[in-house]
Amino acid sequence: MERAPVSRYRRPWIAAVQKGLLCGGVAVFLALVGMVETFAGRQIIVGVFSLGLALPVLTAVVAGYQGSQRQAGGVRGAPVVRGALAGAAVGAVVSALVVLGNLVNMRSMFVSASPAMFAALSFGRGTSGIPLVLLGAAAVGAVGAAASFLSAGVRRPLVTALAWTLGVGLFQELLQILLHAEGARSAVRELLFIEDGLSIRGATIVFALSWGSSTVWARRGGAVRQWHGRLPAPRQRVLRLGSLGGAVALLLLVPLAAGPFISQVLVLVGLFALLGLGLNVVVGFAGLLDLGYVAFFAIGAYTLGLLTSVGEYGIVGLSFWAAVPVAVAVSLVAGVLLGVPVLGIRGDYLAIATLGFGEIIRILVLSDFLRPWLGGSQGVLGIPKPMIGGFEFRGPEQLFYLTLVSCALVIFVAMRLRDSRLGRAWMAVREDEDVAEAMGINLVNVKLMAFAMGAAFGGLSGAIFAVMVGSVFPHSFQLLISINVLSLIIVGGMGSMPGVIVGSLFLVGLPELLREFAEYRFLIYGAALVLMMQLRPEGLWPAEALKRELHASEEVGAAAGPEDLAASDRRGGG
Amino acid sequence: MQSSLMRRLSVVDLYLWAFRIVVLVVVVWGMIGTIMARRYPGEVWIDFVVYGLSQGSIYALIALGYTMVYGILRMINFAHGEVFMSGAYTAYFVAAAFGRSGYLDRNPVVSLLVVLAVAMITSTAIAVLLERVAYRPLRGSPRLVPLIAAIGASFFLQYAFRGFFGSGFQAYPETQVLKGTWAIAGISILRTQAVVLVAAVLMMLGLYAFVMRTKTGTAMRAVSEDREAAALMGIDVDRAIVIAFAVGASMAGAAGFLYALVFKQVHFFMGFIPGIKAFTAAVLGGIGNIPGAMLGGLFLGIFESAGPILFLDGLGIVAPYQLKDVIAFTMLVMVLIFRPSGIMGERLVVKKA
Repeated sequence: MERAPVSRYRRPWIAAVQKGLLCGGVAVFLALVGMVETFAGRQIIVGVFSLGLALPVLTAVVAGYQGSQRQAGGVRGAPVVRGALAGAAVGAVVSALVVLGNLVNMRSMFVSASPAMFAALSFGRGTSGIPLVLLGAAAVGAVGAAASFLSAGVRRPLVTALAWTLGVGLFQELLQILLHAEGARSAVRELLFIEDGLSIRGATIVFALSWGSSTVWARRGGAVRQWHGRLPAPRQRVLRLGSLGGAVALLLLVPLAAGPFISQVLVLVGLFALLGLGLNVVVGFAGLLDLGYVAFFAIGAYTLGLLTSVGEYGIVGLSFWAAVPVAVAVSLVAGVLLGVPVLGIRGDYLAIATLGFGEIIRILVLSDFLRPWLGGSQGVLGIPKPMIGGFEFRGPEQLFYLTLVSCALVIFVAMRLRDSRLGRAWMAVREDEDVAEAMGINLVNVKLMAFAMGAAFGGLSGAIFAVMVGSVFPHSFQLLISINVLSLIIVGGMGSMPGVIVGSLFLVGLPELLREFAEYRFLIYGAALVLMMQLRPEGLWPAEALKRELHASEEVGAAAGPEDLAASDRRGGG
Repeated sequence: MQSSLMRRLSVVDLYLWAFRIVVLVVVVWGMIGTIMARRYPGEVWIDFVVYGLSQGSIYALIALGYTMVYGILRMINFAHGEVFMSGAYTAYFVAAAFGRSGYLDRNPVVSLLVVLAVAMITSTAIAVLLERVAYRPLRGSPRLVPLIAAIGASFFLQYAFRGFFGSGFQAYPETQVLKGTWAIAGISILRTQAVVLVAAVLMMLGLYAFVMRTKTGTAMRAVSEDREAAALMGIDVDRAIVIAFAVGASMAGAAGFLYALVFKQVHFFMGFIPGIKAFTAAVLGGIGNIPGAMLGGLFLGIFESAGPILFLDGLGIVAPYQLKDVIAFTMLVMVLIFRPSGIMGERLVVKKA
C-alpha cells in the first residue's frame, strides 16, 4: 500500500526494464521446464518458425507491450523505445541463461538444459548468437509496443491473421488428415503444406487470406449484423435453427471425414465433457466443491465392467445396454451414500473430505484385499463392445456417436434440472446456505440431489469409458482426473454448460491433438487455475448469473463513468 | 449448523450413527482379533510406536504450516505439500553435491546442518513467492476462489519440478554416521529415526517459542484472532501473513529434508500424500492450534504405523499395509464429519466456512 506512490513516480524506463526482466524470467522458466525444447519439434512454418521459438518471442512481445504502457503520473517517453528496452531485457535474461549454460553443466540438475535447448534459444550459435538474441528481442519488443497504438481497425485484422497462421501451422497434422484425399482437397494441401508444417508460401497465403477477410469483415461486419437484426423474428429463428442444424450435421459427419485418430480425441473430449457436466451440477449449480468426483467415474466403470465382462471377474455377462442403467443407478446410490456423511461440512472442508473419499475408494480398489472381486491392479478385462442389432460400436468412430448422444442427453437433463425448482434451490444454496435454509429450502434433500445427479452423470461417463478401453484398471482413476475435470469447469466457467464443452475442447482436446502439450498438461492446468482465479474467475464462457454477480460493481462503474463524464462535458460546454 | 440439520432429519442421523458404529466395530473386532492371535510380540509394537513417532513428527512439522496459514487466512494452502517437496528436492541436490565431494562423510554434522538450512530457505522462498503471486491478489474474494487457486498452484509446482528435474525418483545419498541403530533405554532405534525425532521436536519447540514469546509471533496471533482489530492496533497484517507463510514453509522445508533422510528418495509427486496427511493432523489437533498440530501429527503417525496390524490384521485382511492410507483418510473424513474442531477441542467458529 505505502509503496504505491514510489512506483507511480518511478521513471518509466526503469519500469519497462523491470517488466522485461520479469518476462525474461518467465522465458527462462519455460526453457528450463523443457517447453522450449519440446515445442521446438513442432514446426509452424517449416525451417523458419517453430512453436519452441514462439514461446520466447511471445514473452518478448508481451514485455514490449507491457513496457510501453504509460503509467499514471509517469514522464512521457517514446513508448516504442521503452518497448524495445523491455524486449532487450528479455533478451538479456535469455542470453544470461545461454552464457551460464556454456560455463557450467546445468544438465546434472535441470534435465531439460540440453544443447538442443540452448541452440533453440540462441539461433543455433551458442554464445556468439547473443548480439542477435538481444537485437531480435529488442525488435520484437518494439513490435509489441507498436501494437499498442495501432488503431483497432488495423490491429484487429493483423492479430486475427497472425492467430490464423499460427493456428493452421499448429494444427497442420489435423488439417492434413482432413485434406488427405485425391482431387481438390489434395491440391489445397500441396499448396499450403510441406511435410510437417506450413511452407513459406502456405503461410503467406493463410496470412493474406485471413487478413483480407478480417479487414473486409471489420468494414462490412456491421452491415451484415444490421441486416440480421432487421429480419423479422421468425426468420431470425429459422436462421438460428438452421445454423444449429448445420452444426449438428457437421458434427455427425466428423468421424466419417476425419478417421479414427480424431474420432478418438473427440470421444475423450466427450467423456470429459460428460464428467464436467456432472461435476458442474455439484460445483457449478450447488456450489459444493467435490474433489473426489473420480470415485463415481470409477464406480460406474467398475459396475459396467463387472456386469458385462466375459473375462475372469465378470458376474452376469449382461449386454452394455442392460448394464448402463445399472451402472448409473449404482453410482447414483453411491453419490447419496457418500453424500450423506458430508452434508454438514461446508466449503473447503468439504473439498478435503471428498478428496479423502475418492482416495479411499481408489486404494480399496487397488488393494489385494478386494482383489478376488475387483481384480486388484490388473483390473477387469474383456469388456465387450456394445451392439445394436448387427451394428457394433467397434472403434472410436462408432463410439463417437454413443458419446455424442450421451452428451446431448445429459445436457438436456442438466438444462431441465437447472431451470427447475430444484435448480433454483441449488443456486440459492450456492449463494448462501443459511439464507436458503431460512427460505424453506430443505438443505438435506437439495444437497443430496446434487450429489446424486452429479454421481449419476459421472457413472455414465465411467461406463462409456469402460467400453471404450475394453477394460478397467484402478490406475485410470487417479485424483488427477478429478483435477482435470475441475480445471475444465473452472476454465470454461462454473455453472455454464457451454463453458464445460469449451473447457473440455481446450483442456482435453488440445493436449491430445498437440502431443507436445500433453506432457505439460498439468503444468498448464495449474497455471490456468491460478490465472483464471485472478483474471476471469467467471470462466471463458460464463454462466449469465455468475457473470452478472462477479462484475456487477464493474458494470455499474463502467456504465456510470462515461455518461457522467459526458454529462459534465455537456454542462461545461453549455 | 450440523446439529440443526440432524435434529430435523433422523435418517441422516441414523446413517451417521451406523457409520460410527461400523467403524467402531471394525476397530474393536480387529484389535481383539490381533491381540488374541498373539502373533506380534511386544518389541514389534515398540518398533511401531517409534516408527510412528518419527513419521508423525514429520507430519507435525508440515501440519504447522497448514494450521498457521489457516489460522490467519482461513484458507487451506493446498500447495503446502509442494512446499515440503521443494525442501526435499533442495536437500537432495545439496546432499548429492556434498556426497560427491566426500564432504558429507568427512564432516557430517556441518553438512547436514547446511543441507537443512538450504532446504528451509528454498521452501520459504517458494512459499513467499506463492503467497505474493497467487494468493495475495485474491484476498477478500469468495472462499472457494483461493482454494481453487491453491489447487492450481499445487499442480503447477509439481509439474514445474517434474519439468525441471525429471519424472524419476532421485536417490538421496546416505550418511555413514546415520547408518545402523542406537540403543536407547534398551530399545534399539534406527539412527535416522532418532535424528528426525530430535530435530523435529527441537524445531517445534523453537517455533512455539517464536509464536508465543516474540513480538512478531504475538502480532501473528493477534491477526489470526481478529484481522480488522489487529490492523487498527497498528499491526501490519500483510507482513504477519507473509511471516506465517514463511515460518510454516521453513518447517515444511525441514520436514522435506528429514523425510528425504528417512526414505532416501525424492520425487515430484512426493508432497501430495504427506500434505494431505499433515492436513489431517492439523484438523485432528484443531486447525489454527499450534500445539494441536504437533500432537495431531504424532498421533496420526502412531495410528498409521500400528493401525494396519492392530485393526485390520485381526480381521483376516490380506496385505493390511496397503490400506495404511485408507486408515489415515478415514480418520480425516471422520474428524471432518464428527469433530471439525479437532480432538484438542479448540473452538474455532467456522462461520460460513
